[in-house]
Amino acid sequence: MSDVKVEAVELEATDKLVMNQVPLSAELSEIGESPLHHADLASIAEHGPQEGGVHFHERKLMGLLTLRCLPSAEQQEMIKSLLGVALPMQPLTSVTTDESTIGKVSVRWVSPDEWLIIIEGDKAFDIESSFHDKLMGHFSLVNISGGTTIFDVSGSHVVEMLKKSTPVDLHASEFPVGKVVSTVFAKSGAMICRLADDQFELVVRRSFADYLWLWIQDASREYGLVVKA
Amino acid sequence: MTQDLSKQSNRLQDGGRIDRSKPLTFTYNGKQYKGFEGDTLASALLANGIDIVGRSFKYSRPRGIVAAGAEEPNAIMQIGSTEATQIPNVRATQQSLYNGLVASTTNGWPNVDTDLMSWVGKIGGKMMPPGFYYKTFMYPKSMWETYESYIRKAAGLGRAPKENDPDIYDKMNQHCDVMIVGAGPAGLMAALTAARAGARVIIADEQNEFGGSLLSSTETLNGKPAAEWIAEVVEELSGFDDVLMLPNSQVNGYHDHNFLTIQQHCTDQFADRAPNGQIAQRLHRVRAKWVILATGAHERPLVYGNNDLPGCMVANAVSTYINRYGVAPGKDLVLMTSNDNAYRTALDWHDAGRNVVAIVDSRKNPQGTFVAAARERGISILVSSGVIEAHGSKRVTGVSIAPLNDAGDAIVGSVVKMMADTVATSGGWSPVIHLSCHTGARPVWNDDILGFTPGATVQKQLTAGAINGAFSTVQVLEEGLSAACDALAHLGLDKPDVALPEADVIEEGKAMALFHIPHTKPTSKAPKQFVDYQNDVTAAGIELACREGFESIEHVKRYTAMGFGTDQGKLGNINGMAIAAKMLKQTIPETGTTIFRPNYTPVTFGAIAGRDCGELFDPKRYTAMHAWHVERGAKFEDVGQWKRAWYYPQGNETMQDALNRECLATRESVGILDASTLGKIDIQGKDAREFLGRVYTNAWAKLAVGKCRYGLMCGEDGMVFDDGVTSCLAENHFLMTTTTGGAARVLSWLEIYHQTEWPEMEVYFTSVTDHWSTMTISGPNSRKLLEKITDFDVSKENFAYMDWKAMTVAGGIPARVFRISFTGELSFEINVQANYGLHVWKTLFEHGKEFNLTPYGTETMHILRAEKGFIIAGQDTDGSVHPFDLGMPWAVSMQKPFSFIGKRGMQREDCVRADRKQLVGLKTIDPNVVLPEGAQGVLDPKAPIPMPMVGHVTSSYWSANLKRSVAMGFVKGGLEKMGEKVFYPLADGRVIEAEICSPVFLDPKGERQNV
Amino acid sequence: MFHIYCPHCCEYREEEEFHASGQAHIPRPLDPDACTDKEWGEFMYFRANPRGIHHELWVHGAGCRKYFNITRNTHTYEILEVYKVGEKPSIVANEAK
Repeated sequence: MSDVKVEAVELEATDKLVMNQVPLSAELSEIGESPLHHADLASIAEHGPQEGGVHFHERKLMGLLTLRCLPSAEQQEMIKSLLGVALPMQPLTSVTTDESTIGKVSVRWVSPDEWLIIIEGDKAFDIESSFHDKLMGHFSLVNISGGTTIFDVSGSHVVEMLKKSTPVDLHASEFPVGKVVSTVFAKSGAMICRLADDQFELVVRRSFADYLWLWIQDASREYGLVVKA
Repeated sequence: MTQDLSKQSNRLQDGGRIDRSKPLTFTYNGKQYKGFEGDTLASALLANGIDIVGRSFKYSRPRGIVAAGAEEPNAIMQIGSTEATQIPNVRATQQSLYNGLVASTTNGWPNVDTDLMSWVGKIGGKMMPPGFYYKTFMYPKSMWETYESYIRKAAGLGRAPKENDPDIYDKMNQHCDVMIVGAGPAGLMAALTAARAGARVIIADEQNEFGGSLLSSTETLNGKPAAEWIAEVVEELSGFDDVLMLPNSQVNGYHDHNFLTIQQHCTDQFADRAPNGQIAQRLHRVRAKWVILATGAHERPLVYGNNDLPGCMVANAVSTYINRYGVAPGKDLVLMTSNDNAYRTALDWHDAGRNVVAIVDSRKNPQGTFVAAARERGISILVSSGVIEAHGSKRVTGVSIAPLNDAGDAIVGSVVKMMADTVATSGGWSPVIHLSCHTGARPVWNDDILGFTPGATVQKQLTAGAINGAFSTVQVLEEGLSAACDALAHLGLDKPDVALPEADVIEEGKAMALFHIPHTKPTSKAPKQFVDYQNDVTAAGIELACREGFESIEHVKRYTAMGFGTDQGKLGNINGMAIAAKMLKQTIPETGTTIFRPNYTPVTFGAIAGRDCGELFDPKRYTAMHAWHVERGAKFEDVGQWKRAWYYPQGNETMQDALNRECLATRESVGILDASTLGKIDIQGKDAREFLGRVYTNAWAKLAVGKCRYGLMCGEDGMVFDDGVTSCLAENHFLMTTTTGGAARVLSWLEIYHQTEWPEMEVYFTSVTDHWSTMTISGPNSRKLLEKITDFDVSKENFAYMDWKAMTVAGGIPARVFRISFTGELSFEINVQANYGLHVWKTLFEHGKEFNLTPYGTETMHILRAEKGFIIAGQDTDGSVHPFDLGMPWAVSMQKPFSFIGKRGMQREDCVRADRKQLVGLKTIDPNVVLPEGAQGVLDPKAPIPMPMVGHVTSSYWSANLKRSVAMGFVKGGLEKMGEKVFYPLADGRVIEAEICSPVFLDPKGERQNV
Repeated sequence: MFHIYCPHCCEYREEEEFHASGQAHIPRPLDPDACTDKEWGEFMYFRANPRGIHHELWVHGAGCRKYFNITRNTHTYEILEVYKVGEKPSIVANEAK
């Protein structure tokens, strides 16, 4: 009955399973519901407060891939050509490029053998396919787009709000723009990346998203919270 | 303009740091009083001539304000104008006065002025000697509860509010280079130095303004009042971005690795309720590279007869009330001292226009700047003397003074009496070493200052000022500067340009070691000489403890309760140790000291809880379909932090009605379960298959691509801890599922083995629990339903049991569908990327009407699997059962070449006993009776108590499908006892009889799932 | 609250990001099937509890999820060194005392 078919991969022939996980048809791509879908952030953005010390925006339905690898020089070279940017090898660093052929690509260091790749939601399968086809040797690339969402938090009091939420030192001398940490956030966790002096990206798990949204609303109350569409 | 001070009888006409243009009204024990902005509750009470602020713990003696800071033992208040805003155990000396403040005494039942309990005290303390808990109240045991409530009520430990506190308390994590505790001259000097060097500085002080001892004195800095220097420093510090100044903030704990907790009073110093949206109290959690303790010192009172009468105070507190608050807490002062420093109090009192009756100095020949100043003013000084006793009932009315010998331990002449309403005493200063003790440092006795100073520590800690025994302002400022320079050197920062302010030069004569003033009577017969006011510990009590054989100061402490509770021995500990040392014929360092513990002063539960309360108490995890469940009226069950749909009642259905309906609908047509919470782990790498073989008990070598297999996971002890289905996605690619509650543990389990035991294996694990929405359709019509939403061939021929297939569903959503079954019915587990979960779920319902598609929750899932005898790890296992105990030998492959985790453990001698508890089915003889889960079975219900128990019921339900109860449970040697009887005697006297059977109650051949 | 240097993230983090996983250097016997019950029991259940120098396995659970070892003084709570799995501690208790 469906118009769109996904080719079931020839299972026996492949070493890993790669499948597109989002609908290809244009109208179906509209139905994706981010983890904060129920919060109706668009209405809050329109009717809620327009001024405050903390700004909140859900960067939803992005493509997120977990890369596990201890990359050899060859692998690093290949990954660079596939992503359009080299893997950040220094702990707690990240890179972002607009130069890539697949649009904007951000790569966050997670651990000595783990990175998070952030791209547009419809690009995940392209990257998975290209890695599968081109990258030799031991690695794993796992699509976690459905299980993850991104909160952009910013504003004049964003650091105070974060200081209520995470034990990491956010002072600019210790946490410059571009730094990324995985850490405790309230009673859950988050990957925190500083995008600008007063702007941070929080990568959080879907099932905890509502709790963290409640937490951030609460922690922002004394400064005023502005939801951005 | 002349202020109307008529009602503030002790308020001075001028002076102090209060603002006489801002009068405040407050209520104390139901009566209204006036004070001024800048007052503490304590200074306002004294200004109003209120002598009695509580009744003592054991003897119920009237007590007044003794001190002016955190060391105050008596003025412990209940604050709050409404039930919800009650705060117990607030020191009046630390509570800023605000308009509308409502305070009441916590000690004193029924009221402080006439106390029914005081008969206890008047009998002379025989009723409650030290050790009374142990001697009296622990026997008879059954009376303890009665005693306890009586003691608690009488002892005034305060009371918690009965309503929810409406205010917001939160926490904030802080990091700094230098944390400075105390904003007196040492702390301010250190902060200024560190700040100018560019360090990140936090400086906290318990008082509402910075300045510490300078606020209480008349000394000058750079030739100007000290207050001007304080204002300049505070002004400069506030200009630094990286300096955080926290007044009204008590550093209450100093923990490992320079972690400190600070309780900041944000708005509760100014209002009963925080203004809308503002924080009442904030707990700062500070990680400091270096800590400078500039906590100062507490003046020690001297111990003499009736020294707890209202009007008996610590000398420096009297000066503080005069100089800082413009309050002279009496008319006629007798000052008793063993040192020069306290002469300042007599000078202040005299300069405030009040009468100094006499200075009673225990030393023979006092000399020094202050002594000379007192002589200049014509104040009478009695040398080689001591106040041996105060007189009065609710307030001091006079004192007895006697000449002392050189050692200060005997009376060598006749006693004279003098009239006075205030007795100020000073036995010297005790450094405030509490925080330094929190991290385990043992204090060190310093003979020069007659006090303990901080001991050696492994913390990155520096100390400055009076905490080190440096008591002159000149010295204190130098130490502040020097500590900051040390910290800067450690931090690699350059010393900035900073100059010490010029302080008054004061010459002080040598102080005398004096703690306990002798009386004409032996201590045990003399009027009570209090050491620890809050715990009603007397000199006689300590002597008694020593006589009874308690030689360790720690034991003396516990026997007498000295230094217990919220007081933590701030005023009394040194005196108590000195008295014990004398009894034991030791020196004080030989006797040693007890260690102070966190917290320094009581912390509200609100500050400890922070925002982790109410909706935010614990994360609630939701699946993508949660909103649908809510709309459908589901009841939810907590599984770990997940909210799982438990059952979906309709209309007036009871829970059992709903379960019956859900169970029948599933077996008769098709039901649907949100299984998204199951743990899912993506496993990739060429060694993935081998890894599975090591962590599961069964074989994985031959699992073909496209196939699924059930596995048990055991610990090294051989005991089952999790189970689930793992599917082969591709040759080197698997998807493992775990129980909902076990997901995190299993992932850690895989990681720890990979990282620490088998790092050479090429395999990676990634959690995809949240990435996939999982919906299980189960029942004879599940295939027909699936066909409605996919054009993939899901026929038996193309899609066999224990296969998985990739397909698109619901008009183009990519899915992985697993044909596995936890109900024993034909089942399909549909997995889609979670952003599309709700869409697919709704699509199933659009097509499900003709099949009566019925949502079911975890409870129906439990019933359906129990009908089939499938275990739930964590319910039918408890960490003490291996696969053979579960009757699952088919899930263990002993032939695997690698000794998988659990193999060796399950072969230990104890694990192969024939009489181990084994999981079996339990068929009640009366089919309508449902065994209670947890019931213990016996083989002979007539056996004498205690009956030998053979195992408990683990799962038990009413099965609507079978129209009878079904149950599983452990029975010793049960697998060999099929058909035998087991009995379950219940608490209500019933005995339920059941037959041991196979746990598979329904479709033992598995025909329903193989269609 | 410890302040722990993660050798993988290469910076100090708060204890709440970490979990202790027991005594370090307890390798799984290479041939479990050859162990006697006593040997297996000792591997499973017996651990040192020294006052002073101790080696512990920790995991940076909320961070990089990597296991590593800590040499810690159980008396003073000082962390004397951290080192990666597979490495040997440079600070050990004085056995001769």
